[in-house]
Amino acid sequence: MNYPPRLEFRNPAQGRALQQRLQRAVDRAGREVTVMHVCGSHEQAMARYGLRSSFPSDLRVLMGPGCPVCVTDAPEIDACIALAAQGLRVLTYGDMLRVPGRALSLADAKAAGARVDVIYAATQATEIAKQSSEPVVFFATGFETTAVATAALLLQNPPENLQVLSAHKWVPAAMEVVAATADSQVEGFLAAGHAAAITGYGLFEPLVQRHQLPVVVAGFEPLDILAGLVELVELAIDKKAQVVNAFPRCVSRDGNPKALRALREVFELGDGQWRGIAEIADGNLKLRPEFAKWDASLTYAETLRSVAELPERPWASDCRCGAILSGQSEPSDCKLFGQECRPEAPVGACMVSSEGACRIWFEHGLDGHHRQRRVGPSPA
Amino acid sequence: MCLGAPGQIIEMQGTTAIVDFWGVRRQVALDVVDEAVAVGDFVLVHVGFAIRRIPAEELDETLAYFAAMSEEDLEGWQPPGADRSQGDPL
Ligand code: SF4
Repeated sequence: MNYPPRLEFRNPAQGRALQQRLQRAVDRAGREVTVMHVCGSHEQAMARYGLRSSFPSDLRVLMGPGCPVCVTDAPEIDACIALAAQGLRVLTYGDMLRVPGRALSLADAKAAGARVDVIYAATQATEIAKQSSEPVVFFATGFETTAVATAALLLQNPPENLQVLSAHKWVPAAMEVVAATADSQVEGFLAAGHAAAITGYGLFEPLVQRHQLPVVVAGFEPLDILAGLVELVELAIDKKAQVVNAFPRCVSRDGNPKALRALREVFELGDGQWRGIAEIADGNLKLRPEFAKWDASLTYAETLRSVAELPERPWASDCRCGAILSGQSEPSDCKLFGQECRPEAPVGACMVSSEGACRIWFEHGLDGHHRQRRVGPSPA
Repeated sequence: MCLGAPGQIIEMQGTTAIVDFWGVRRQVALDVVDEAVAVGDFVLVHVGFAIRRIPAEELDETLAYFAAMSEEDLEGWQPPGADRSQGDPL
């Protein structure tokens, strides 16, 4: 996609200057510096523009629990499959299709005859429901940005045959868990700019105070990421616990009040299991009782209760997605990486999603933080 | 799924707009966009909903921010692996 010039922030000279400033900051620290980003789109942009290979060798930029596909728990996938298996038509965002549940993925279910259709915009769910006389299940996944879309959709008073199965998750809750992990080496977070466009950067202030870690909100162009990292590393080295907004063109302190109101009106926070990480307090977004008539988890409660304890897939116990998402491992630490686990035969969710760390590292030929590995032609 | 894309409004009808994502045109809902928008405005869009109007003055401020952050003169460098087919930088 080409943006008009003023939306592309890719000036090479400025990029190099930022990279050198990053190097100087890490040199000044005289030790390894570890920060974490919490957004699959950041990882994608770093891979696409080859930023990782320009990072100082003493800078570790971990990928945290920022890929919604990766953290959707296997039983959540299984619940959706159970509804499809019952003959219901299921609508899902495309990147959920191949995520392994405990037995099958939605793609497997579709191949076996289940009615699973991909949508790219939440609004399509309403359109499809309006054209149909039967129930349509919308598998509502993702973080703040997609949850707002689901909320707005429900506030439009859609037909009641639209049934929403919410697996939406709330990222700040997971950042809290990572920050509170006793052996966490994370010295600061690069927060996802688009989610912050909704929540505002002020949302991170309590976390910064509680854990005395800096948070920098950054965008997704190469200069956005480099500038964000410079800010973050400098704050981390100077032990300044602050929130810095390095994405002012999209993020304000209070965020988008209209979107937040919609989010709060429709959802409440509830505890939820994040794949491979933990049960996260207030990590999931559940529909409020006022929206019960659209809530597939209530309408089909009986079917969902019967989602049996399925045995794990082969290899699943060796998958290190959880450790990767909580910053304790990198994809190259997994013995299945690029071997038993490849994009065409993924073992863990991190290899499925185009936003997953394992998939991104595999496709861009990375096998360490800086080295490039040859894995055939690199994708566009 | 969480990939947001900036686009430009080329047509508006009530609470929906046609947004041009540099060649690809899509209908976008304006229910939760943060402030009033008009044809010609840039908006950040996620799964069919505009979530933010990107003010033109902020674009200038972003350019100024990057200029201030990277005060050194370093000619001829390009990010390793940068996709040059994406058009001229800036
Ligand atoms: S390489 Fe595959 S199995 Fe290993 S952590 Fe990544 S997704 Fe899991």
